[in-house]
Amino acid sequence: MAYPDDLAYSKEHEWVRVDGSRATIGITSFAADELGDIVFVELPEVGASLSQFGTFGVVESVKAVSDLYAPVSGEVMDVNEALRTAPELLNSDPFGEGWIAKVELADATEVDSLMDATAYAAETA
Amino acid sequence: MTYSPHTDADRARMLTAVGVATVDDLFADIPASVRASGWDLPHPLAEQEVRAELARLAGHNRIPGVSFLGAGVYRHLIPSVVGEVIGRPEFATSYTPYQPEVSQGTLQSIYEFQSLICELTGMEVATASHYDGATAAAEAALMACRLTRRSRVAVSAGVNPDYRRVLETYCSGPGIEVVTVPIDLGTGGSGTTLPERAAQALGDDVACLVAAHPNFYGQLEPMAELAEAAHAAGAQLVAVVEPTSLAVLEAPGTYGADLVAAEGQPLGIPASFGGPYVGLMAARMASVRQMPGRLVGATRDVQGRKGYVLTLQAREQHIRREKAASNICTNQALMALAATAYLTAVGPNGLREVAELSTTQARHLVGALEAAGLAERRFGGTYFAEATLRVPDAARRHAALAERGIVAGYLPERDEPALGDTLLLAATELTTDDDIARLVDALEATR
Amino acid sequence: MSVADPPRTDASGRGAAFSGAAGGEELTVVEPLIFERSRAERRAVRYPSPSDRARKVASDQPELPASVLRQRPPRLPEVSELEMLRHFNRLAHLNQAIDLNFYPLGSCTMKYNPKVNEWAARLPGLAESHPLDPEGLSQGSLELMWLLAELLKEISGFPAISLQPAAGAHGELTGMLMARAYHRDHGDGERRTKVLVPDSAHGTNPATATMVGYETVTIRSNERGGIDLGALRDALGPDVAALMITNPSTLGIFEDQIDQVVAAVKDAGAIAYMDGANLNAILGRFRPGESGFDVMHFNLHKTFSTPHGGGGPGAGPVGVSARLEPYLPAPIPSLVQGDAAEVRANARALRSTPDARFALDDDRPKSIGKVRSCYGNFGMFVRAYTYIRSNGDAGLRTISEDAVLAANYLRVKLHDVYDLPYDRLSKHEVVFSGRRQKRQHGVTTLDIAKAILDRGIHPPTIYFPLIVEEALMVEPTETESLETLDRFVEVMREIAEQAASDPAAVKAAPTTTPVGRLDEAAAARRPDLRHAFPGEADAPEAPAAAPTPEAPTA
Repeated sequence: MAYPDDLAYSKEHEWVRVDGSRATIGITSFAADELGDIVFVELPEVGASLSQFGTFGVVESVKAVSDLYAPVSGEVMDVNEALRTAPELLNSDPFGEGWIAKVELADATEVDSLMDATAYAAETA
Repeated sequence: MTYSPHTDADRARMLTAVGVATVDDLFADIPASVRASGWDLPHPLAEQEVRAELARLAGHNRIPGVSFLGAGVYRHLIPSVVGEVIGRPEFATSYTPYQPEVSQGTLQSIYEFQSLICELTGMEVATASHYDGATAAAEAALMACRLTRRSRVAVSAGVNPDYRRVLETYCSGPGIEVVTVPIDLGTGGSGTTLPERAAQALGDDVACLVAAHPNFYGQLEPMAELAEAAHAAGAQLVAVVEPTSLAVLEAPGTYGADLVAAEGQPLGIPASFGGPYVGLMAARMASVRQMPGRLVGATRDVQGRKGYVLTLQAREQHIRREKAASNICTNQALMALAATAYLTAVGPNGLREVAELSTTQARHLVGALEAAGLAERRFGGTYFAEATLRVPDAARRHAALAERGIVAGYLPERDEPALGDTLLLAATELTTDDDIARLVDALEATR
Repeated sequence: MSVADPPRTDASGRGAAFSGAAGGEELTVVEPLIFERSRAERRAVRYPSPSDRARKVASDQPELPASVLRQRPPRLPEVSELEMLRHFNRLAHLNQAIDLNFYPLGSCTMKYNPKVNEWAARLPGLAESHPLDPEGLSQGSLELMWLLAELLKEISGFPAISLQPAAGAHGELTGMLMARAYHRDHGDGERRTKVLVPDSAHGTNPATATMVGYETVTIRSNERGGIDLGALRDALGPDVAALMITNPSTLGIFEDQIDQVVAAVKDAGAIAYMDGANLNAILGRFRPGESGFDVMHFNLHKTFSTPHGGGGPGAGPVGVSARLEPYLPAPIPSLVQGDAAEVRANARALRSTPDARFALDDDRPKSIGKVRSCYGNFGMFVRAYTYIRSNGDAGLRTISEDAVLAANYLRVKLHDVYDLPYDRLSKHEVVFSGRRQKRQHGVTTLDIAKAILDRGIHPPTIYFPLIVEEALMVEPTETESLETLDRFVEVMREIAEQAASDPAAVKAAPTTTPVGRLDEAAAARRPDLRHAFPGEADAPEAPAAAPTPEAPTA
């Protein structure tokens, strides 16, 4: 399984795409597959302050519930409103249309502690 | 008598297959130090003996010939057809519908139940049932705490005292404080929650006001005003209602209730010394993810057939475990089916007739007692089908009547000392003119 | 599973989504909703009118003010009695049930529900008894509750009991509230904040702990399937309020170190709670009350044969040790006059004790209060009492012997075709894993369950306990004949065979049930939880659009 190589990955199966001082975060296809058909996402509020590896939301499938753990710290600038009515985007396009939130990074060096695509692929093999 | 079909030959075959010599070998994994030391239980009985024993116990109950007892449990006609429906073995001996393909009977009937409860209460979503009205009210209060993120609950003293005890117990779990809002107990007073007292109790840390309509004393409460008071304080109104009254009284959803709890026993379920009953809970869709209890939803199958499934299960204990809103698993499904069958059998016209007969006979009862100079209303305002009456020496006379097979309602002084010398009398569509005449005569004889 | 093309829906997700109205797709309907059969003015039940005299007297009393009345009658169905009965009978035909077929749901104890229990519960003397009648009129009800309590105490070895809880989970709540009351009473309430549960625990256990304000700590199981004693000892400390453990475990295995487990818990000053869901395995063989447990809930709808009713009602009495007795819910049906031994002996001989008198004891100053209105699910007490008296001492013992024998029989007949994670003596249920079928053929336990449906048998419990991959929990109970057990073995072997030779066929199951696999994802994404009456313009918003409630707790 090859994961997008422009992303960084956390052990809790979240990904980060860094763009200057901003980052977009989401869950990986591995997490989405484990959960099964996702039916609901509890999104963070805009303005909320996330700390790395702290919980920031919940994702629910038909048969499971999982906390979302922030891969990086920062302030939430935007959330993907589309997920409110189409949570299935997390299954169909977890790395693209299924993005969860955009944050203003508190500490850009935090990304260094995450895995790259190769390491994550090994982790989930 | 036992129900195991196994003969000695069957057992021998199985033991051989398993590879043990005796059945005791199957219990070898129980440490010797904790093996049962024996027990002293009765010997088995044949069916005729079992029946004799149960008939003996049933015979020790005296079902009163005339009863005006309500106080939360009401004697209504249970149409014969209700027993036929819940007696169907496919409903009675099936399990929770976790395999929906073979449980559409149960699932669709629950969907119909949910729909009926929403229609009666004017709310948007109803659960598949709770244990009873008391636990439904307690769970609704806890739900209000989660929704508002507040940790105190206000409850009107007009709510059934049993329900208030259960509310205290449930709130003691997460350490939620319960504040009681008094009702106007003055003679000739309203017998209801005073909105000013409610407003005083509703601080910015109070999650909800729980109020009953009609209340335990039969009085109609100013629910719209109480809803306003609750909302003004950022709290929710939990309306505890009586389901047959909803045939004619305005639906709680219309007067601003955020949550509704009720006892469904009056809907085709016998008194059965306190249970099984069925707790009803209803709310608005926006709150559905915080609702405890099962929910059935409509969907489709792979071949384009309409079907029903348990849904939003991620709220429940088997998925959310320690983060579940409630631990409820087994509910009162067959009793919910009884309520569904009852509401279908009576229909809107039948339910309205039940309500009208009940309210008419209650007024007939009160009027007859007043005319005979035997009782007076304890409160002003209006009652539904149950009334609190001042009756001198009520306790002695109640006991005397009970000896004669007449239960003259409930003695409110059991829970509220200020209501000594009163009787709480209920009427239903089963209350006959003759019952009322007998009560009048019997009370007369005990002056 | 998900459907390739989710149905077109409107944003409300209610009613319209699947009924074919308002832009939803047209679906085949197996049995219309009762609302769809409604025709104005039809009705089943009629009532008499009030007499003229009643109306006249009533007219002088205050009437209901217009301001409190409904603007519009509730839209309950209007159908004839025949139509209504046909509707419910057709719905019934869509169900599987114990009375039709084998129902080996692990952890649920789907044994036969004897009909004499129903006869007893319907006796008017019992069914019509009002809970608030003067106690002199209810001596039969009170005696029955007292006798049942005495029997359950003797079965379990506990000296005290409450019949009040309405279900097993309700019993758990009751037991844990008592545990907390005990600690508070002993000055330990603030310090003891944790409840330990094994990783094989039923979800109600941690959910209950949360309802009582406790933090749940999970203890791993060992390689034999029992709780890991070392891990338990490590976790025990002055901050632990209780251990909640199921025995036999949810793996169907007796905790063979239970004596050490209980001793460790008690030594740490904690309360030992036993989840009694699996009591069917140990009647007459193990009595928790004499083995050191402080509290246990019974499931009358499991071990004691009261019918499951499609999800309830049940009853969850709790037995407690002497040190928890003061905290029992109130009131308690008690013998207030007469000799207890004499009353029991007489009842044994089907006789009454003339001078015996029963009452509800509400003078319980340390009680945790009430967990429900009145005294419990009395109708289930009648059934359970009838069952226990029918079986008697010998019968109850035979129940567990036959239940355990049947489960082990299935174990040895299937352990070559399905993985058995814990290959040892079972008690009344056995947990297989569909792991082999998944890895080798891509056939999951879910697929296997659906294939079992096509053979007219209800599947075992699936995906529980969580510690077993692709779990398949089989509990035959003692009321199934050898032919039924052999047929089940045949079916399971056939499906294992088919998983290897034609996995697509297994994955396409079921094909012979009234409906096929249902789109649960769509049901959760766009909830349709009540009937949409025609012409309803203002449907409520689905929860997806609502502001999210509280953030998840860590």
